[in-house]
Amino acid sequence: MDVAIVGIGIHPFGRTPARSGLQQGAYAARLALQDAGIEWRDIQFAFGGSASAGSADALVNELGLTGIPFINVANGCATGGSSLISAYNAIKSGEYDVGMVTGFDKHDRGAFNADPEELGIGQWYGEVGMMMTTQFFAMKIQKYMHDHAISHDTLAKVSEKAFINGSKNPNAWRTEPISVDEIINSTMVNDPLTKFMFCSPAEGGVALILCRADHAKRYTDTPVYLKGATMKSRRFGSFEVFSPSQALQQVDGPTVDASKAAFEMAGVGPKDMDVMQLQDTEVGAEIMHMSENGFCEDGEQEALIQQGATHIGGSMPVNTDGGCLANGEPIGASGLRQVYENVLQLRGQAGDHQVPHDPKLAYTHVYGAPGISAITILQR
Amino acid sequence: MSNQVPIAEGLFTWPSAKPALLASRCRKCGIAAFPVASSCMACSGQDVEIEELPSRGTLWTWTVQQFMPKNPYRSDETPETFIPYGVGYLELPGGVRVEGRLTENDPQKLQIGMKMDVVFEPYRTEDNGDEVINFFFRPVQ
Ligand SMILES: [Zn+2]
Repeated sequence: MDVAIVGIGIHPFGRTPARSGLQQGAYAARLALQDAGIEWRDIQFAFGGSASAGSADALVNELGLTGIPFINVANGCATGGSSLISAYNAIKSGEYDVGMVTGFDKHDRGAFNADPEELGIGQWYGEVGMMMTTQFFAMKIQKYMHDHAISHDTLAKVSEKAFINGSKNPNAWRTEPISVDEIINSTMVNDPLTKFMFCSPAEGGVALILCRADHAKRYTDTPVYLKGATMKSRRFGSFEVFSPSQALQQVDGPTVDASKAAFEMAGVGPKDMDVMQLQDTEVGAEIMHMSENGFCEDGEQEALIQQGATHIGGSMPVNTDGGCLANGEPIGASGLRQVYENVLQLRGQAGDHQVPHDPKLAYTHVYGAPGISAITILQR
Repeated sequence: MSNQVPIAEGLFTWPSAKPALLASRCRKCGIAAFPVASSCMACSGQDVEIEELPSRGTLWTWTVQQFMPKNPYRSDETPETFIPYGVGYLELPGGVRVEGRLTENDPQKLQIGMKMDVVFEPYRTEDNGDEVINFFFRPVQ
């Protein structure tokens, strides 16, 4: 059974003091229901995630108690992607006809705090100051820059593009362009990454309505089909966040594994993608994820980014809504924001951030601690 | 003289005339892990032996932590006295790449591929006066 996305809703990302995370989730859910022209009572199941804004299934208190199975998902930065795959499989199996996927969050300012013991690492690791996701991303791009000749200027150009795209997206958090000079010269956080090269914890909500493909036209004239949806965790030997040690022999990370599986499932290749949303926790992640997902060879990013290939009008538009860099990262909602953006793109409804030439295939990728990756390939 | 205690039991030999990081090595597949683990992440084997890791290695990658981390960070510093610190992975021949703090925090003096020694130095002082010892990577002098 093929699966279609027939309704989408979003609560603007950023800071909304007047609404709780749950209320932002309900806001997005109502918009998604309205978009699909369906009532909440007709939804047969839901998967949802929220890291810091309470249980996702508390949404039923806002939307109504209808007795459906509502399953909470918690998978770090890959929560949204994991929820979507769960819903996809629920419909694909033939068990359900129509359901909702939702994610919302509301985080405090500042970096995410992580507890080493929750991840099975000794307390000493946090005490000496290594329990920092930002250090991992910095060390990974540091090594990558060394091995593949990526320049500091290219790092900054990724942020510059993110804020340009954010300025075209009314739902983005950061909507002011920032110059390459200002990005490079902003406060150093973890060498080589400066403040404006990182995304921040934020708030927001997204909801999607999924149904079996042969029912899609009941709900919308513009269904978007899920041609591939995969999720992988790390194998032994991949370089991941929060690793007190790593193997001398390195293997491909979960992104490479999930990407290959998604392309195989969809029967298409990286060159067929018209628009892609790649996990950009910081600029280095976007650069490395371009090659890990198969869109270029290692090192080609330097020329591609300098030429503007990843801009909205470029040959391989990446993070057309501004990505995590311009939207912030509400963990539960972040992966679903990417899917929301791709549905807009494939429907031709992305307004000022619409990519040209009627895109037909779109790609999303999330990556999260402690080494999880989820991919979707959408087709209109 | 104050009492010196390791930051965690079993991370390295302590007290010792020549302290060393401790790893577990799987008897089935030969893969080493730091810190010591009771099972092997490569092959799920549970037959492991403990060995001392080499004291000199090669810097695989690094960064400098420029702001003071929040809890669970626990040093003697305050936001006013905080000093940025280097963090890196040291590739220890025949063993593993171990993540640790660097004694050097100047990005100009850090380079992938440089040789470093594993050293054991006081990290903080407990309320009872005990000095807490941690391992650090120091550029070969
Ligand atoms: Zn083994």
